[in-house]
Amino acid sequence: MSTISSTAITWFFACKTTDVPHNGGVCIKYRDEQIALFYFSRSNSWYATQNLCPHRRQMALSRGMTGTHQGEPKVACPFHKKTFSLADGRCISDESECSLTVYPVRLEDDRVYIGVQTGVEADMQVTVETL
Amino acid sequence: MKIVVIGNGMVGHKFCEKITQKLGTNTARIVIFGEETLPAYDRVHLSEYFAGKTAEDLSLAPVDWYASQGITLYLGDPVHIIDRQQKTVTSLKGITETYDFLVMATGSAAFVPNIAGTDKKGVFIYRTIEDLELMKSYAPRASRGTVIGGGLLGLEAAKALLDLGISRTSVIEFAPRLMPRQIDDKGSFVLQHKLQSLGLQVLTGKNTSAILGEETITGLAFSDGTSLDTDMLVISAGIKPRDELAAACGLETGPRGGIVVNDLLQSSDPSIYAVGECALYNGMIYGLVAPGYEMAEVAATHIIASYTEKEPVKSFTGFDMSTKLKLIGVDVASFGNPFTPPDQSHSIVMEDSVSGVYQRINVSQDGKYLLGGILIGNADAYNMLLQTCKNNIPLPANPADVLLGPRNGGAPSGAGVDALPDEAVICSCESISKAAICQAVEAGHETLDAVKKCTKAGTCCGGCTPMVKDLITATMKAQGKYIRNVVCEHFDYSRQELLDLIKVKSLRSFDEALDHYGHGEGCEVCKPVISSILASLWNDMILAKGNDTAQDSNDRYLANIQKGGTYSIVPRIPGGEITPEKLIVIGTIAKEYNLYTKITGGQRIDMFGAHLGDLPAIWEALIAAGFESGHAYGKALRTVKSCVGSTWCRFGLHDSVSYAIRIEERYRGLRAPHKIKSAVSGCIRECAEAQSKDFGIIATEKGWNLYVCGNGGSKPQHALLLAQDLDSETCIRYIDRFLMFYIKTADPLTRTATWLNKLEGGIDYLRNVVVNDSLGIAESLETEMQSLVDSYKCEWKEVVESPELRKKFSHFINAPEEKDPTVKFETLREQKKAADWK
Repeated sequence: MSTISSTAITWFFACKTTDVPHNGGVCIKYRDEQIALFYFSRSNSWYATQNLCPHRRQMALSRGMTGTHQGEPKVACPFHKKTFSLADGRCISDESECSLTVYPVRLEDDRVYIGVQTGVEADMQVTVETL
Repeated sequence: MKIVVIGNGMVGHKFCEKITQKLGTNTARIVIFGEETLPAYDRVHLSEYFAGKTAEDLSLAPVDWYASQGITLYLGDPVHIIDRQQKTVTSLKGITETYDFLVMATGSAAFVPNIAGTDKKGVFIYRTIEDLELMKSYAPRASRGTVIGGGLLGLEAAKALLDLGISRTSVIEFAPRLMPRQIDDKGSFVLQHKLQSLGLQVLTGKNTSAILGEETITGLAFSDGTSLDTDMLVISAGIKPRDELAAACGLETGPRGGIVVNDLLQSSDPSIYAVGECALYNGMIYGLVAPGYEMAEVAATHIIASYTEKEPVKSFTGFDMSTKLKLIGVDVASFGNPFTPPDQSHSIVMEDSVSGVYQRINVSQDGKYLLGGILIGNADAYNMLLQTCKNNIPLPANPADVLLGPRNGGAPSGAGVDALPDEAVICSCESISKAAICQAVEAGHETLDAVKKCTKAGTCCGGCTPMVKDLITATMKAQGKYIRNVVCEHFDYSRQELLDLIKVKSLRSFDEALDHYGHGEGCEVCKPVISSILASLWNDMILAKGNDTAQDSNDRYLANIQKGGTYSIVPRIPGGEITPEKLIVIGTIAKEYNLYTKITGGQRIDMFGAHLGDLPAIWEALIAAGFESGHAYGKALRTVKSCVGSTWCRFGLHDSVSYAIRIEERYRGLRAPHKIKSAVSGCIRECAEAQSKDFGIIATEKGWNLYVCGNGGSKPQHALLLAQDLDSETCIRYIDRFLMFYIKTADPLTRTATWLNKLEGGIDYLRNVVVNDSLGIAESLETEMQSLVDSYKCEWKEVVESPELRKKFSHFINAPEEKDPTVKFETLREQKKAADWK
């Protein structure tokens, strides 16, 4: 998350904190994009990544099981159980797999905001079109 | 000290690895000249380049490894002059380097037989990644391919052609059989048939006389007057040592090529060494990687010894050419002496032309020792046989047992890894002994990965990994270590231990289990395990109590995710019996939601392509028509299949449908370590295929026979008879006990067949527990099962009736009415199918 420069970030309202199950994910629609949002209740942490699993290009990560790998938060894709770090987006179970885009998450009371970059949006546009 | 290495292949690279390991970096100055433009790569697995591996995957070390070791690497620049007086080498590009020691690791080139027309377009040799790239770019033009050479490399090349999509591929061998140097006539015959059944044409005893075509190859002519059309030819007829440089500077070479070396790998000039396929030792060229590595080790040791003026500790004494590989999916192995003459030995041969297996072992005349052998079609026994042969381990009283296993119901004889001596070489590529592996385990390297990293065993061809695993287990057992079979990094318990603990503490959620017995946040391994245990103990609604996100992803949405991210729906159809009215309901719903329908293998109907958000409405309609969940998404009881039985069938002994329905309704929704399938057949004709199920029932004149622990799937296994001629009530009591015992003791994701295979005492032990109640737990098993039966509820009914649970079934949390717009369908035979993924 730290790699995204804070100056270029647009924050959009995603959902209420109560909309997200504990220790699981939901899918957020932002314009024509899909973002997976995860809540870890034990550490009270929020993470957001692209919803698309790069392995077979399936919109499925928000439905995956979350957990940790040696303390690092991760999600497992429902299709083939590839696991991705929610901290930096890299594929933990397969070094040769592409990484996920990760987004910063901010809370204001019970409102969850996700930060997107103008440049990032442009990239995502391309991703969706090539589906 | 300055060492120049000519050649950057596998053996040249291994030499550098050995010398830097032994000396430390920067003690010697090392310069390598390589002819190819790529740094050393794994030539053994070259054909995997076509199966999707990249040059990078195959490379043995990244380019910066050489720099980090202080090694200068010149690539794409072969040495072309050696001046032995001045002790210098000069490369083609004009670089001159002096040396104290020179190591020739120039390897070999493909041997190209003297046939007219090898310069035509479409003719290739099979040796380097560059050759492969040329083949790859040419292959799309070719529909027929041919390989000259039916040896190891030739068959590898044929696999490469198949991988390139050339389905009409032929192999031409001059000798009357395939792999003439490794296997005998009969073995070759079996291999040839096996390969032909896989689509490869094999022509033996063919002498190619000409390559046909103008500029481009169109075919081959043979000396017997026949010919073969082909668009592409790969020559892989053997190797020829690269000794031209050595010969040019006056080193002694063999009459048929190869740099003559002594047992320290020195050539006729003691400061020049030769290793690998360019070296001729004792009249022999060693064309395998393992002896090459051994030569690298000996040469490195000797160079260091001469430099430090110590006695060398090692010499080369020849090398066992035993080898095991998979050729186009067929196991081929030969070990020791595969061709012992009949007057010096006996051979035991097992030939099974039905399954394409040929095994031959050669036994000493007194029957005590194994001299060598050949294994085609099934080489599982290779490692053990090789070790028995190499270490002169005495054979069992009946030597055939090592091939056929003990007969007459005796206990498995023969040697496990325990019987091997310490010096037994387990990994012959890296020459790692049993002692080295055991020491690594004793030093705390207790996983396969850790042992591989520490010893390098199993890192080259990987053939010894099963044996390395056995050694790890055996060593740990010998240390008195209980091999803990823990679920994952979050729970230091086995599934069975966790089940007992959760039961004792009456824990009801994943979070509670994690608080009491785990650490961290859990993961995709332990969450489904705990969820399954909770369901097997308490049978609570699985999505309740915040347990929804601890379910495996299909359980979380009570449906099976399919390509594209839509779901499939399987209503329960007990025993496969369904009324016309219910069939119409399924048809109506499938039409309304545009679902693809297919009959499953378990006598049910699967409806595919439902959007997540439509699942509750679809189930509302199904439930209104009297359907309930089929649990196709869960590790749970799936179906109880049945034949039509005595109600209609003229052979039927009992009403198998009614009994199947009774059993399916009894165990519906029962969650277990893995899915459970069952079937009931109304007579011995067994139309319901009950003997392939986790538990299967077959009608007899006197009652029912109960079979258990069968399995279809990837490792089919027949069920075994547990009890005979049971009445309906007793049969159900036995099933209660059997299922509950399985649920309580099996490891995660273990089907009943695998569970039984691991169970000490096997089916006899299981029969004692279930039928004779040897553990005194039969009554509690029955009570526990009855409480699960009594607490069954259809989980889809509960979702449909709960607005809160229904809300969880939407794709976008912030746009619940919208479906996933990326879902795409195509049409096939008037129904839809998921769009293909990449």
